[in-house]
Amino acid sequence: MNTMPEKHYLNEKRGWKSWLFTLDHKRIGILYLYGIMAAFLVGGVFAMLVRLELLHPGRDLMDAKTYNQFFTLHGAVMIFLFIIPSIPAALGNFVLPQMLGAKDVAFPKLNLASWYIYVVGALVAIYSIYAGGVDTGWTFYTPYSTTTSTSVVAMTLGAFILGFSSIFTGLNFIVTIHKMRAPGMTWFKMPLFIWGLYATAIIQVMATPVLGITLLLLIMERVLAVGIFDPAMGGDPVLFQHFFWFYSHPAVYIMILPGMGIISELIATFSQKKIFGYKAIAFSSLAIAFISFLVWGHHMFVSGQSQLASMIFSFLTFLVGIPSGIKVFNWVATMYKGIIRFDTPMLYALAFLFLFTIGGLTGIFLGTLATDVHLHDTYFVVAHFHYVMMGGTVMAFLGGIHFWWPKMWGRMFNKKWALLSWLLIFIGFNMTFFTQFILGTKGMPRRYYNYLDQYQPLHAFSSYGSWVLGLGFLIMAVYLFYSIKRGPVAGNNPWGSLTFEWKSSSPPPVANFETEPILKHGPYDYDKIIPERTYS
Amino acid sequence: MSTPAKHSAYLAHHFSDSIQQSDSAKLGMWIFLLTEILLFGGLFVAYAIYRAWNPDMFYNAHKYLDVTLGALNTVVLITSSLTMALSIRCMQLGNRKRTMHLLLVTLILAGVFLIVKYFEYSHKIHLGQLPGKYYTFTGIEGNNPHIFFSIYFMMTGLHGIHVLAGMGVIGWILKRTSRGDFSPEYYTPIELTGLYWHLVDMIWIFLFPLLYLIG
Ligand SMILES: [Cu+2]
Repeated sequence: MNTMPEKHYLNEKRGWKSWLFTLDHKRIGILYLYGIMAAFLVGGVFAMLVRLELLHPGRDLMDAKTYNQFFTLHGAVMIFLFIIPSIPAALGNFVLPQMLGAKDVAFPKLNLASWYIYVVGALVAIYSIYAGGVDTGWTFYTPYSTTTSTSVVAMTLGAFILGFSSIFTGLNFIVTIHKMRAPGMTWFKMPLFIWGLYATAIIQVMATPVLGITLLLLIMERVLAVGIFDPAMGGDPVLFQHFFWFYSHPAVYIMILPGMGIISELIATFSQKKIFGYKAIAFSSLAIAFISFLVWGHHMFVSGQSQLASMIFSFLTFLVGIPSGIKVFNWVATMYKGIIRFDTPMLYALAFLFLFTIGGLTGIFLGTLATDVHLHDTYFVVAHFHYVMMGGTVMAFLGGIHFWWPKMWGRMFNKKWALLSWLLIFIGFNMTFFTQFILGTKGMPRRYYNYLDQYQPLHAFSSYGSWVLGLGFLIMAVYLFYSIKRGPVAGNNPWGSLTFEWKSSSPPPVANFETEPILKHGPYDYDKIIPERTYS
Repeated sequence: MSTPAKHSAYLAHHFSDSIQQSDSAKLGMWIFLLTEILLFGGLFVAYAIYRAWNPDMFYNAHKYLDVTLGALNTVVLITSSLTMALSIRCMQLGNRKRTMHLLLVTLILAGVFLIVKYFEYSHKIHLGQLPGKYYTFTGIEGNNPHIFFSIYFMMTGLHGIHVLAGMGVIGWILKRTSRGDFSPEYYTPIELTGLYWHLVDMIWIFLFPLLYLIG
């Protein structure tokens, strides 16, 4: 029988002050987790309302203006408040120092500061809802964003502040990975999740400042009418798009790379096999980070960009397919002849493989100049984006949550309910978004409030899917929260994993390890050691 | 690591020794400076694009910047970088008094820079050489001269904010030095402040020729 450790990071100190002033990376990770879960709920409710409105052509429950604000808020909240911080700031914060065998991240105060900055940024963004909302879409394209009467300044200021939080997390992780590894933990003995977080942190640090200056310029444009983006004053609105996508394309890799890292952990652990092509996976993360800075122009194929530039950007965009493909093939090869266990985290890893591959391949359609002219700004783009971001990142995030949940709380969730919830999410997701590929190829433009009758059945089916999806998440919320207090005790290593964080008790002690950890084997040496599972 | 490390007052609990601690701090600072360069990078790109599109207008508009005051400010900032670097050297040699004096001089020079900038700004505001729609001056030939002043004010303004932030940090470091926080064994915060201050200086060294010396 497993028993809970007497002292651990959750009960060593008690009271709300011990949480709000904590410098413990694990607690900060949990604080982030609460923040992003709240954001996910808000963004999800907006999404459900948008889908509800689209059930029939014309008005169902809101007018066009409100609808514009709702899809903007759905996008902005999900991107800036949920996906970007989700895996790095919540799970990464919790796991990274443990995986490296360190006591904490390099700069614990900066870490806590980044959470407070996140909260402030979120509050400013929420304030924009009260101050009139935003109806520009999450991309804030000029000149519309400089002329609309909605509160663009508050929302962009919120995103600007959130950028600092993201930079601080990235900075902290880079330094921690460089300087805080346990004795014996060489670069190529690091778990692949760390490589994913490392590549992510590089993008966070190098791309976010450009978003910062872009948003600052947008605010200046609105407040002082400086004319940089205003064609009437000799400015260029396409310059805004260049600036914006110079950040926001790499940003989609801020969103997906840590997810890919989690998948590497899950596939190796639940196949009980040495990961296939460790170095290839590690370097492909860096390759994706590098290429991500060179492809922003694929968002401007129809914005009047020169033909030559479009061709180069199109070619460079295809290059992203190579490292992504390397990863997918290596994961599949890892599973080959493995002893696969279909525990909840693995189910999400498999969902990721399936959905991310669809998302990645449809990205090639959009990167191709000729097809993009047809598909640009249709539901095809919406579907592609959601297959990568929700089918990819969110599935990986959920896999990671279920994987490290027993490490966080020391208790296991109910696997039967988890299976049901996974099934609903998987089915609901495909109902909602696969339909949108079809809608897009049939010519349904994205972001439209009204549409022709011929699209109604597909729109309705997509909306039904969103209800299935919502139900799946509802069930998950219930069984996860229930398990925190009442789940069965999980033990130190419930999944039989070889990485460092499973060597300590669950939940871990404040200093992460009872004794100084020493690396005796690689993170995936399942050919030599099969660790015992403390829970089945 | 296994030998009981001497945990001095300044060594944080999660580092195993002070070398690891100061190496981490320096790496962190360099990464932060990288983000600063990228932040300004956006403005430099905007500058390059609009100057390439309106070379004549940029040439005509730049004549209204005061080269003498700009050059004076360049000298002021470079000197302040020198005093900053010397203050670190003095702390390495354990001369706390000298360190404080040099930091104070750095702080004063930063203030001089801002005062000169204030006179430059107020002269332009007086003439109506302002960004965007507030531009009312009529003496400059070429398309959209307000764009030049938009870029001028945003670049020097953002730089000015960094000077102001630098003054805050230098003042705080000065206070910590007088409190006796630092010694030849531990002076990382002064060193990091120096790195930041040199960057602020460097950015001005790029801004000065780009804005004042077109032609
Ligand atoms: Cu892109």
